[in-house]
This record gives sequence, structure tokens and C-alpha cells, in this order.
Amino acid sequence: MITFSKEQLKIPKMSRDVYLVTAGESEFRRAFPEKRQEELAIDALTMAAELIGTTPAKLKKFIHTCYYGYFADHFGDQLLGEAVIHDRLGLDPLGNVGIKTGGATGGSALWEAVKAVASGYSDCTLALGWERMDEVPTDEGNNYIACAADKDWETPMGHIYTGYYAVMAQRYWQIFGKSEPSFRETMAKIAVKNRGYAIHNPFAQGPMKITVKDVLESPIVAYPLRALDCCLMSVGSACCIVADKKTAYKLTDDPLLVHVGAGSHSLRVADRRDMQIPLLPHETKEQYADLGKRFPGGDRYPGFSGFLAARMACHYAYGMAGVKDPTKDLDFVELHDAFTISDIQSYEDVGIRPYGEGRTYVESGDCYVINPKTKKPGKLPANPSGGLIGCMHAVGATGLMQVCECGLHLWKKHADIHGSEARWRSFGKKKPRNWQDLTIKGAKRALAISHAGVGSHVTATIVERPEARLKGGK
Amino acid sequence: MAATKKTASKKFVEPRVKVVNGQYKVSGNFHRIIPNTPIYNEKNKLCGVTNPRELTHIHSYGGEAIFFESVPKGKLMGAQCVNPDCEFPGTIWIPFRSCCADCLTRNKPVDITKVAQETGTVHSFMVTERTGAFNTLEIPIKFINVEFTHPNIDTILMGYLSYGEPEIGMRVVPIFKKKNPTFTITDLSWVPLGTPKSKLPKDFSF
Repeated sequence: MITFSKEQLKIPKMSRDVYLVTAGESEFRRAFPEKRQEELAIDALTMAAELIGTTPAKLKKFIHTCYYGYFADHFGDQLLGEAVIHDRLGLDPLGNVGIKTGGATGGSALWEAVKAVASGYSDCTLALGWERMDEVPTDEGNNYIACAADKDWETPMGHIYTGYYAVMAQRYWQIFGKSEPSFRETMAKIAVKNRGYAIHNPFAQGPMKITVKDVLESPIVAYPLRALDCCLMSVGSACCIVADKKTAYKLTDDPLLVHVGAGSHSLRVADRRDMQIPLLPHETKEQYADLGKRFPGGDRYPGFSGFLAARMACHYAYGMAGVKDPTKDLDFVELHDAFTISDIQSYEDVGIRPYGEGRTYVESGDCYVINPKTKKPGKLPANPSGGLIGCMHAVGATGLMQVCECGLHLWKKHADIHGSEARWRSFGKKKPRNWQDLTIKGAKRALAISHAGVGSHVTATIVERPEARLKGGK
Repeated sequence: MAATKKTASKKFVEPRVKVVNGQYKVSGNFHRIIPNTPIYNEKNKLCGVTNPRELTHIHSYGGEAIFFESVPKGKLMGAQCVNPDCEFPGTIWIPFRSCCADCLTRNKPVDITKVAQETGTVHSFMVTERTGAFNTLEIPIKFINVEFTHPNIDTILMGYLSYGEPEIGMRVVPIFKKKNPTFTITDLSWVPLGTPKSKLPKDFSF
């Protein structure tokens, strides 16, 4: 059981507004045999500078402190990697700190960067993340990722993280999916969608035109999860620059408000005790009173189907931004689709759908840029970047890539950046002939979820156009 | 490079650790130096090197040592909060933890073998043939998450099934690696209730 005090549930009130000034990302690949990590970090920061019509050298003059995220020293085989990157970016002797919260590292780096500005310590900060996952073979990489589970109680069980999600998939499928093959197909549709969206993203590592059948026939990694249900293992970098209002408007005439909330839960799923569902503003206790009746076995919360950390992160972030109902108040989301099942689980934690009903977000077509059923824009598109399944999961960079992608839509630069022939060429790729502009037209507010492990750390970042600020935001 | 080769060819002595006067006393080789090799691109230009190494870490189980020591003795230990002022007094933690997560007082080890034998049930499961490096379990691995029926236990232990096919709701009982134990969590496994002794894996018994 977990109970909360009033003090613990307090909605954070920042001392001043914080703005996302610009953001950038490198290309993402499975391997970069001829590029150092530092070069990819420079690519990301250079893009951020170019996006606001300046140079990296000029942009750097505004940065006061730096927050660097990378998940595993093991992968880069370099302790204190933040010192290496900081030096190569030419940002010494500014204060900097490394942030490590597994898969949520990118989101957590931004969380810290935002708080530094909100507190007044800095007027402008850099959050930059990366991961170098290509310098060990895949089975060694899987072992390193599994080292982020409990080393005494979990890691020895096969040294494969996918397994820890597979038990969640099994339980969720049987309880909330009622063991229906159609639920398994719904999971597969997420992989089809996200890999399909990646086709139109020049930064993406895993574009694929596939079908539900392809997913269901792909090799089993950890039953019921198959290869095409799983995110990519990537190399790359991404960054965000945040600032106070005065500095933000010095750098650009189009900054976005940014709010970040964070939550956590036990590293071991084993330790998650049954508790009451913490409610989001648009939910009621009554709507979950018969959850166990509708889905026998589904009344244990968070059990193996919910992520309390994501729910808590949204509690804080929605409170800060004034979001009452995510489906109504947000225009699109970038979720942490590490696996197709965790994507469905997240729909419920972040309040897009009530607990137990996540599948309907996909089945209704609401999660698509263009709803395949109505041929009209989806109600709340998810992961137009391609997400972790289609674009990348260079762990420390992922949460920042998501926010960068959110920014591109809100700045109305998405089509220019993703559609640039020169950019495709610079990555050694040919712009697809069937390239589609996946811009979420008229978007004013977006959510990015950065998520670690099986839900040990989660951040929820909301970026919004200042003129569209919601009433009730702190 | 010649010096490196000479070092690498030394006879490897298995690493061992003792505790003497409260300090680790190590013997044998805790690391092995292996010569690195260059990496060339398709045009035969140097683009990197390999960085090989083998090393052994030392790890303390601290207050959880009793759990790993008890498994090869056929006992499954939980850790009970004995602080009457705790918000949730009497909680039995399994996985074992030294201190109660609610009140942070030292837990008392309690034998829950009987509870596990009489109520162990599969909460969820998965089957995998792919593993990460260093896996020591037999493939396919059948992960199971085992829940117990007891008023003070509210957690679900991860483990693996050594016989039969897992399904949600299946009654399982613990088996213990009493011979040649590794003193890791892999010494604890599970089989369906009613599994004959003859079907247990080598070195394991009820």
C-alpha cells in the first residue's frame, strides 16, 4: 500500500515561467562506426542553433548551466562522460551535472534544466542526452540493459529486459484483453503505425512498411512479445535549450512554455503493493468501482498493468499546465513506446483512456495522425516521430528527442525539417517518394512521456504555445 | 604489445575473496588483460579499436545475505516489519529487504517456506529463448511471477519454472538448489504442484 500526504501531492509552483527556446537532434542509427559520440552531440546542438537562426557559438554564450543525460557508463565505456561531452561542446568552465534515470534520463535531464531556470539560478540552460549502444554486441547490450533491473533478484533471470515487459504483456492481455487474439492484433497495429511514421522522419533509424501479420510472425523475443513489438537499440544525441522569458525572447520570437513533472515507483515490479488508483482531474473513484467485475483480476493496482510513476508524473505536470482532460487539452503526444504493450499501458496512466480500456485508443483510430476509419485527423495522434519503435531509443537522448519533435510541430517547422531533401541527403538517405507531411496542424500543446525500466522513473513534459496557455496552470 | 602478450599468457588463477578483520582479502586474478585489435572500415582505413577485458566484481549482500544463505538449506525467507508504530505493521517483504520501506526499521527474517508451498500461484509468466550475455539458466526460460496468499504479504516474487508449461493461476511450489549452490536467486526455482521428485532439475530438491 502507498498512501500520500497532502504535501507529497502538492502541484509544483515554479518561481517563474520557463520556455523551450529551441531543440535539436542528430541522426539515429544502430551503429556509427565512424563517428564519435561527441560529434553526434555537436550535430544536435548545431541543429538547435540553426533552428533559431543563430550559430552554436552565439547560442553557447547564453547557456549558464548544463544537464547531461546518458543511461549507462557501461555502453560508452566511459565514466564521467558528461565531462567529455561538455569539453567537446566547448562549454567549460560552466557548471554541469550528469543525470541518470534509465530510460527516463532524457526527460529527467530536462526536468533539472527547467528547475534551474525556474529557480533563478540560471537564465538559460542546456539539457543534452546521448547513448552509444553500438560498441558491444546485441546480447551484451541486452545484458547491460538488464543490469538496470535489480542485480540480485531480477537480472540473473536471463539477463533480458524484454522478459520483464513480457510478463506485463501476458497479464494485461489475459485480464484486460480477455485473451482475445484481437487484442494481440491491436498491439501489433502500434508497431505498424510507429514504424510507418518513421518512414517520413529523416532522423529515424527503423522505418518500415509492415503489416499486422508481419508483426505477429516476427521472431519471438520473450513470448508474447515479438521482435517487431520492441523498440530499437540506437546511437544518437538530442538536446533542448530552456530559458526564462526575457532570455527566451532574446533568442527567438517563438518560444514555448514548458512544464515537467516526475514520478517514480519500485525498480522491482515484485515490490508493487496493491493500492487505490490515484485519480487524474477528469476521473472519478466511481468509474473504477467495478473494474474487477468488468475485468476479473484487474482490480489490483498498479499490478502488472499500470505504471504508477507515469500517473504521478502526469498528476504534477497536468497540475502545472492546467490540463484537466488530456484528450481534450492536448493536441498530440509522444509516448515512450518501448514495447507495444507498454504503449497501451501508458494510454491509461496518462489518462487518455480509463484503466482497462487502453486498446480503444488504437481501435478507435484516435491515436493516428489521420484516423484510418474516418479519414479525418485523429483526435489525439501519438508518436508521429515514429517513437522508440520506429525512430530510436538511444536511451539518454530519447526523452529529449521526443520534446524536440513536439517543438517542431508547435513551431510549425516540422514539415521543413522532416521534408528537407538536403537533410535526407546529409544522412546518406534518399527522401522517400511517398514522403508525407505528418505535421499536427494547428497544434498548441503536446505531451512527451519519458519512462525508465518497468516504470521506476517517469517524467511528463508538456510544451505549449504561450498564447494558448490554459486557465489554472501554475 | 609484446609485454601485453606476455601478461595475457600468464596462468589464470580463479578469483577468491575472504573477509579478514572486516576487510576484503582477495587472491587470484580479478582481471585478465587481452590484447586489443584494430577496426578498419571498408576502405581499410582505421576507424577504431576493440577494448577487451575480463574482470570480476565483489558484491556484498549485506542484510539480505540470510535470504541467499537460506535457499540452499531449503528455506524461503521473508522479512517482516516488527515496528508496532509502522503505518502498515507486520508487513512481510518478499523479495526480502533489510529494512521496512514504510518506517525504515530493521526487519525480522521469517521463514515463509510453508506459505510458498501452500499458496504459491502464478500471477503472470513469459517464455523466452533469447537471453542477454551471461545467462546461466536453461533455455527456454519460463519466467513466472509468484503470488502468495497471506494477510501480511502483498508483493509478487519473480522466479522461473523448471518443469511444465506456465499459466496464470497455476499452483506452484518452490524447489531449492541444495547441491552445488550458487548463492544467487537462481538457486530458487518453482515447479507445478504435484511434480514428481524425478522431474526436478539436477541438484534441486523440494
